[in-house]
Amino acid sequence: MVYELKVNGETFEVDVDGDMPLLWVVRDHLDFTGSKFGCGLAQCGACTMQVDGLATRTCVLPVSSAVGREITTIEGLQSEAGKAVQAAWETAQVPQCGYCQSGQIMSATALLEQNSNPSDREIETAMSGNICRCGTYPRIKEGIKLAAQAINAMEVA
Amino acid sequence: MNSHRFDYSAKFVPSRRQFLKVSAGAGLALGLNLGVAGSSAQQGNSDSLLEYNAFVSISPDNIVRVMIRNTEMGQGPYTGLATCIAEELDADWNQIVCEHAPANTEKYGNAALGSQGTGGSSSVPGGYIEMREAGAAAKAMLVAAAAEQWNVPETEIEVNNGVLAHGNRTSSFGELAVAAARQSVPSRDSLQLKSAGEFKFIGNEELSRKDIGKNDGTAIFTQDIKLPGMLTAVVVHPPRFGGKVQSFDASDALAIDGVQHVFDIEDGIAVVANDYWTALKAKGTLHVEWDDSEAEHRSTENILQQYHEIVQTPGAVAESVGDADSLLAASDDVHELEFEFPFLSHAQMEPLNCVAMVDGDRAELTYGCQTQTRDQEVVAELLGTDVSKVSIKTVFAGGGFGRRANPFSDYVLETVRIAQRLQGTPIKLVWSREDDMEAGYWRPAYVHKLAATLNSDNNPEALQVRVAGQSIMEGTALAERAIVNGIDHSSMEGLVGMTYAIPNRQVELHTTKVGIPVQWFRSVGNTRTAFSKEVFIDHLAESAGEDPLNYRLKLFAGNAKETEVLNFIAEKSDWRNFTASAGKGRGLAIHSSFGSTVAQVVDVTVDGDNFTVDRVIAAVHVGTAVNPDIVKAQAEGSIVLGLSSALSDQVTLTDGLVDQNNFHTYQVLRMNRMPEIEVHIVPSEAMPTGIGEPATPVIAPAVANVIAAATGKRLTSLPLRLA
Ligand code: FES
Ligand code: FES
Repeated sequence: MVYELKVNGETFEVDVDGDMPLLWVVRDHLDFTGSKFGCGLAQCGACTMQVDGLATRTCVLPVSSAVGREITTIEGLQSEAGKAVQAAWETAQVPQCGYCQSGQIMSATALLEQNSNPSDREIETAMSGNICRCGTYPRIKEGIKLAAQAINAMEVA
Repeated sequence: MNSHRFDYSAKFVPSRRQFLKVSAGAGLALGLNLGVAGSSAQQGNSDSLLEYNAFVSISPDNIVRVMIRNTEMGQGPYTGLATCIAEELDADWNQIVCEHAPANTEKYGNAALGSQGTGGSSSVPGGYIEMREAGAAAKAMLVAAAAEQWNVPETEIEVNNGVLAHGNRTSSFGELAVAAARQSVPSRDSLQLKSAGEFKFIGNEELSRKDIGKNDGTAIFTQDIKLPGMLTAVVVHPPRFGGKVQSFDASDALAIDGVQHVFDIEDGIAVVANDYWTALKAKGTLHVEWDDSEAEHRSTENILQQYHEIVQTPGAVAESVGDADSLLAASDDVHELEFEFPFLSHAQMEPLNCVAMVDGDRAELTYGCQTQTRDQEVVAELLGTDVSKVSIKTVFAGGGFGRRANPFSDYVLETVRIAQRLQGTPIKLVWSREDDMEAGYWRPAYVHKLAATLNSDNNPEALQVRVAGQSIMEGTALAERAIVNGIDHSSMEGLVGMTYAIPNRQVELHTTKVGIPVQWFRSVGNTRTAFSKEVFIDHLAESAGEDPLNYRLKLFAGNAKETEVLNFIAEKSDWRNFTASAGKGRGLAIHSSFGSTVAQVVDVTVDGDNFTVDRVIAAVHVGTAVNPDIVKAQAEGSIVLGLSSALSDQVTLTDGLVDQNNFHTYQVLRMNRMPEIEVHIVPSEAMPTGIGEPATPVIAPAVANVIAAATGKRLTSLPLRLA
């Protein structure tokens, strides 16, 4: 069946089964490969995209349910918070293997868009759906704090 | 199980002499080649040296291209090896671009491993001198070219930040690249490497990373490869290890739109489709009858029970100093602990995958290859072709922790078998997380038993160690070198040659036969041995009523490095001024592996049957820290991985069926259970030693030791459970 999807501000038509998870439509059919596959079970967060502004595990979201919604992948990350997170990731030298990091950045961005000054506990809660086997957690936390500072400084200015 | 045996050591004999040569075919590029093969050739330019090792090239557009022979999995060889080259080349860090070297053992073999591959925490230590020489030689040729052009003595030319200068004249590397390529190559002896005091890049904490694209989704992993006409393959593996396909019915699978092929491969069934989801759906519709008659049917509980029985009996003697047996037999005060370690899945974030295309006697592979030499040979053997016809392009690997360096190239061969059937079609094999976890090649389960007597000073007088578990080397190409007189050293590394002064020691090994595929895991045997050694020493200190740090210092008498690291961490953690409060305790562990020494002090809060790890202070001695920030990141990451196995990771089998198959049952450490981590590097100008692995095995014993101090319960099984 043909579905119309809005990804990163552009509209795409894809002819796939309605139960195909959004992750695989975006990766295999639209060729945005920044979002990764890690578990297929909403357990690891590697596939996180923003769907209508919410961090969403797209490995379990059927494409049929994604129609008409705003989908943002790491490739389309444009928001102030998103840019601040990417810059902070560079400063804190967060990634190791990097495979989980698109998902981490998407989750961190969604957090900061809703709460630009999260406490440690709020960071832990928001980020615990994203596994990093390389163990970059301390730097992810540091990166979120740096990004929060940058966002708040911008808002004051 | 596979029985391919290859002795690649014979094909790659690193020469003591190394050779420099200009790559003539590169046109305008200056290619610097450091040959490592051809031991009969003369020093200098020898035409008999037809195999080169090109690590550096400089092109007229002023780009310095660095070929990285080690696999970038996040552990830092891109940045680390580029740092060594930039240091001696005096390049501008921003003009350096890194890429993975192709599979070519003669050019890119790593003397530390005896093959092209990545492991043993050897990438930066193994390339430290070689890469600096590559940079120094390239610089010498640029200087010679400038001297010729400007008609000035070479000694008057200064090189800084990618610019050569003499008086008012300056030139970029790019502008001199063509002229430099015509210069004769300096002999290795003529190269003057910098002293530590002159370093600008080595030891610089501010350098940006060279494995770029990881913050914006542009970094390419195997999972992201798409080639024209490529199909995606998934595989059904037998539910029990050793099972075989008896029959299968693929009619439902083949009826699905987009499914192209379903066929039997060795030990499984391949489903090939236009995309992953279609292949996965089709896989779910297959009806397979398995022949389990030769399969492993045991439960891990039974296997471990058997190990506990075996360690009560003497094993093959791996080390014997003095007469531990008699002293233990004569004593009526023997201290004894038994330790249990589960099977572990590496669970790297990118499940195993590989892209291959086979066309007649040629094969082209693209993936996060960790063992280029071995994979190339195994594939060549399967196809009945020459290794030169097997090309491997290495891309970033989404973690590995040992798994990608499979001694049988299991997932690579699986891909090539499928690609061999579908000649000319690129095939991407994608394992699901379930495949990755259930198909094995785990860190083997073990039981250790340690027994000791103390002398009148409370120092250990005699120690007896018995370990029981599977050998990770048996049946592999490394067996010949790794197993000596039936003893696999990796089974007891860290317990043999112990650095604590114990006059009578006996280490015995029982190598068990179990039908479960096993292999190395980050820090290998040390994942177990550091735990049993450090928990046991702590137990002895407690029995002696002595402070665990002072007790270790006493037993390290004469061991300068470990003493230095312990004193260093005592100071960094303010060990001597710490006072435990209700429910809060502090403990430590120290272990040396891969040439490095790591100590960790850990703070834990115990609340009933639960405990929380609050803080980890680590001291790492890695010789010269080439990239201090990467050293810290590797220590942090190793602590997280080690803590994950201390707190929860384990794979179990019930009647031969795997109980954990994804992250809901294999509960790896997440951010909500993270302690604060503080890493301190012990200052040193010694040769660099490894950091990819050595911090991994220290955390679990440190945590267990705090729990013992806080609760009096000496936990000896991983994962740690108070109830
Ligand atoms: S791949 Fe979607 S949460 Fe893991
Ligand atoms: S950086 Fe490798 S899994 Fe997170």
